[in-house]
Amino acid sequence: MIEQYLGITSEQMVIAAGQTVYMLFWGLVLGSLLGIPLGILLTITRKGGILQNKVVYTLINYTINIVRSVPYIILLVAIMPLTKIIVGTRIGTQAALVSLVFYITPFLSRLVESSLLEVDKGIIEAAEAMGATPVQVIWHFLLPEALGSLILSLTTGTIGLLGATAMAGAIGGGGVGNLALTYGYQQFNTPLMVATVIVLIVFVQLIQGLGNYLSKRVRSRE
Amino acid sequence: MIEIQNVSKRFDSASGEVHALRQVSLTVEKGDIFGVIGFSGAGKSTLVRLVNLLERPSEGRVLVDGTDITTLSKPDLRMLRKNIGMIFQQFNLLQSKSVFQNVAAPLVLNKVPKKDIDKRVKELLHFVELEDKIHTNVSKLSGGQKQRVGIARALATNPSILLCDEATSALDPKTTDSILELLKKINRELNVTILLITHEMHVICDICNKVAVMDNGRVLEQGTVLQVFGNPQHKITRSFVKTVIDDSIPGSLAREILEYQGENRIFRLRFQGNIAGKPLLYRISAEYHMENSILFATVCELQGVVFSVMIVQVFGSAQRLDEVQQFIEDSGVYVEVLHLTGGEEDRND
Repeated sequence: MIEQYLGITSEQMVIAAGQTVYMLFWGLVLGSLLGIPLGILLTITRKGGILQNKVVYTLINYTINIVRSVPYIILLVAIMPLTKIIVGTRIGTQAALVSLVFYITPFLSRLVESSLLEVDKGIIEAAEAMGATPVQVIWHFLLPEALGSLILSLTTGTIGLLGATAMAGAIGGGGVGNLALTYGYQQFNTPLMVATVIVLIVFVQLIQGLGNYLSKRVRSRE
Repeated sequence: MIEIQNVSKRFDSASGEVHALRQVSLTVEKGDIFGVIGFSGAGKSTLVRLVNLLERPSEGRVLVDGTDITTLSKPDLRMLRKNIGMIFQQFNLLQSKSVFQNVAAPLVLNKVPKKDIDKRVKELLHFVELEDKIHTNVSKLSGGQKQRVGIARALATNPSILLCDEATSALDPKTTDSILELLKKINRELNVTILLITHEMHVICDICNKVAVMDNGRVLEQGTVLQVFGNPQHKITRSFVKTVIDDSIPGSLAREILEYQGENRIFRLRFQGNIAGKPLLYRISAEYHMENSILFATVCELQGVVFSVMIVQVFGSAQRLDEVQQFIEDSGVYVEVLHLTGGEEDRND
C-alpha cells in the first residue's frame, strides 16, 4: 500500500521514525545535561547574579553566540573531526547526534537563561536573607519557581531540535525529515514529501501538547 | 543590638555615582521596635539591607551584637543571616509552593529532620493564626495572609532580629493594623528586636518606640517616637507628623483671621504627658486677662503618653503677647508662632 503511493516501504518509514525519535530523545537528554547547567551559569554569573563573575559570564556568553551563529548544516560538517573522535565515525545517526547536541546545547542555554531570569528577584533575595548557599538558592528557589517556564522552554528547544534532525540526513543521520528531503523533495516525490511533512506535524503537535500539559500542571499549583 | 556606624553606600549608575547613604549612624537596642521613615529614594531600603549584608557598605561599619559583620566569612555570614529574619513588601514567597513548604523552607535549608519541621511549622502557623491554610497554595492567599506566611517563615529559625522592608505598604489599612499587632506580639512575646522601614507615619506611631527620619541618604533626626513626634526639627519630619495629626487651619478660617484688624498672635501648642491636663488657657485668661480662642485641637496617645496639639489665637498688645509666650514656654509646652498668609501658613522657624 504505502510502497505503491509513496515509493518507499513501510519498513523504511518505521525505521525513519525510530531514527527521529532516537535523535530527538538523546539530543534532548544530552543537550539538557549540558544546556541547563550552562543556562544556570549564565543566570547566576551575570551582573547582579548571586555569583556575579564577569570572566565566566563573558566566556560562556560569547562561546554560545559564536556556536549559535554557525548555520546548522555548516556546523554539521565543520565538527566532523571532533565527531570522529567522540563516536568513532563521521556518518550515521550517532554522528548526527553529536552535531545535534552541539546545535541544541547553546540554544537550550539561552532558553533556560530567559526562563530563570523571569524569576522574581525578591525570591532570590529572600533566599539569601535566609542564609541559603548558592546551590540551595538554585535548587530550592530558582529552579522550582521557574519550572513551568522551563518546561515550555524545553518544548521549544525540542521542536527546534526536530527541525535540525531533518538536515542531519546530509551525513546519513536518517529520520523522517531526511525522507522528506532525499526521497520526497530531491526525487520530486510529492506524495511522500507531503506524507512525511504530515508525520512531522504530528510530532510537533505531540511535543507541544505534552509540553503545554506538563507546564500547565506545574503552574496550576500556583 | 544593631549599630550602624558612619555608613556610606554608593552605587555606580549610567548617570554617575549615586549616594544611597551618606554617613549614616544609628543604634537599635535589644527589644526596640525601631522605625525608619522616609519617602521613596531616601535610602531606607538600602539601610535595612545593611543589617544582613544584602547590601555591603562602601564605608563604615555595621555591628550586630558587637560583631563587625562586614568582616565575616561567607559561612559565618550565612550563620548570621539565619539569626535575622526578614519580611518584604511583596512577601517574596515561593508562588509554586504551599504555605507549609514556604514556612518550612528555612528549616529545610538547615537540614532539620522532617518530623521536627512538621512540628515547628504547625507551631509557627498557630502563632500567626493561619493553621487552617497549611496545605493551601500561597498564590490563593490574600495579601495579609501572604504576609503572615512571610512572618512565619522569617521566624522559623528563632531569630533575635526581624527586618521589615515596607512590610505593610502593599496592604489595606485594616490588614495593616492586624499585621502591626502581630509584629508587636512578636516583639513582646518572642523578644525579637524589630527594625522596620516605612513611608507611613501611623506605622511608626502604632508600634515603634524609636524612629529615625531619612531623606536623601541622610538620617535627619532620630530618637524616641515621643521626642521626634513632639518636637520635629525638620520640614520633612513635620510633614510626616502632619499625616497623622493634620493641624493645618482650613483656608476659609485663615482668611477670616487675616481680616481681623486687632492685635493678636496665633500659637501652635504641643502638649505631652501630664502637662496635657493643665489648665493653660484658663490661666492665660485668668492671670493675664487676655482673651483667647481655640482654632484647632486634637489629642492622641503615643505609647501610653497623651499627646495633644492645639492652635490658639490670643488677643492683646505685642508686649503682653511676648509675656504670654514666655509663660507658655515656661510651663514646658512646646510653642510655635504661626504666621498666616492668605490661607497658607508659614512658620517662623
